[in-house]
Amino acid sequence: MSTLSLTSAFSLLLKRDLTLAYRRRAELVNPLLFFVLVTAMFPLGIGNDAKLIEAVGPGVIWVAALLAALLSLDAMFRADYDDGSLEQFMLSAHPVSILVLAKVLAHWLVTGLPLFIAAPLLALLLNIPAEAIPTLMLTLILGTPVLSLIGSVGVALTVGLRRGGVILSLLILPLYVPVLIFATDTVKTAIVGIPITAQLSILSAMLVGSLVLAPLATAASLRISLS
Amino acid sequence: MTTPNATKSVATFEARSLECIRDDRVLFEDLCFTISPGEALVLEGRNGSGKTSLLRILCGIRLPESGQVLWEGGDIFRLGPEFHEHTAYLGHKDGSKLDLTPIENLRIAQGLGKAREGISLEEALEQVGLYGFEDVPTRNLSAGQQRRLAIARLLVTDAKLWILDEPFTSLDRKGIEQMERLFEGHLERGGMAAMTTHHRIGFKDEVKLVRINLSER
Repeated sequence: MSTLSLTSAFSLLLKRDLTLAYRRRAELVNPLLFFVLVTAMFPLGIGNDAKLIEAVGPGVIWVAALLAALLSLDAMFRADYDDGSLEQFMLSAHPVSILVLAKVLAHWLVTGLPLFIAAPLLALLLNIPAEAIPTLMLTLILGTPVLSLIGSVGVALTVGLRRGGVILSLLILPLYVPVLIFATDTVKTAIVGIPITAQLSILSAMLVGSLVLAPLATAASLRISLS
Repeated sequence: MTTPNATKSVATFEARSLECIRDDRVLFEDLCFTISPGEALVLEGRNGSGKTSLLRILCGIRLPESGQVLWEGGDIFRLGPEFHEHTAYLGHKDGSKLDLTPIENLRIAQGLGKAREGISLEEALEQVGLYGFEDVPTRNLSAGQQRRLAIARLLVTDAKLWILDEPFTSLDRKGIEQMERLFEGHLERGGMAAMTTHHRIGFKDEVKLVRINLSER
């Protein structure tokens, strides 16, 4: 297969998933709504302790983003599994890992990117200093793709199960913890004013690592789930 | 019988002593067959005799407990995408997205495989009798029309081997005849097919069928 047809298959699949997401846009809002509601409720629950809200702010945003990602994961392959499209992907003339990458990218564009865009507003709500907001955005743009990529492996493993929800959370959450720790630590360090290069390097490494390895693992997991 | 094109190497599809076990029950063992261009494998047998399992093994979704499936002499699990570019699979599920239109569905099917020259997506729809339904959401089509769309998917790629699991489900009598002509046309072009059906197949006498009955083995 030539590289040209592989890129066209990639963009075709990306366009397909975005079109499908657009035609069912009511479901799209769910993760974003969850993210906004959880972060908006937090200050109300804590009360008017500005110092405390500032201290937990980065953690709250990241935990909400992580749970919102987890909430949206199951949709990544479920519909395709149910209507038989997934079988067709496995039998395509292209490497499955590349097709998986297109699907993960589409998933991130419709679930991860809105969180990234909404984050600055919520950061203000949580009293995070304006200087630290660019850092928060940076951690989100590096971290949320990792959530989608790692999540895709878990979803691929559980898509064949009737009720895979709980197993999916148990499988995936431990793998999300490093992202959570490093991302919140980066923002907290930035608030204090210490250089954040080390944390950002680690987050970038996680992104590159999962970008290379997750599609391969997902393709293999899908093969197991379908057989 | 059709004579295969002399310039091309003769493609054959072969199974060697396949064994399939499901829930501790042996569905079949030591199953062998060979089909050449222009020939069709027809699987028969009771419900639960392993027809679908065998087809899923043949297209490489499922692994057999033992044995090999060979395409032009190479193991299909080793060939991977190189084998899949020659195959089209029509399973129980249509594999179409209900929120997309028939044309959009076909475009994806074509992009995933190796596009066939000399047939447009509209022509493929016309051949399965869906002319005029290009832009209707697939959700609004009837079950039989959705099945026709799934069959149209076979026409838009250059696949030599069609693997068909009950292709005539929900089709009307005229539709079944129409699809049989399409399958015949594929075999006459030097294609191959492996299929299951409860319907008595009305292919022309010239078409060579390899019949295997899984319940009587």
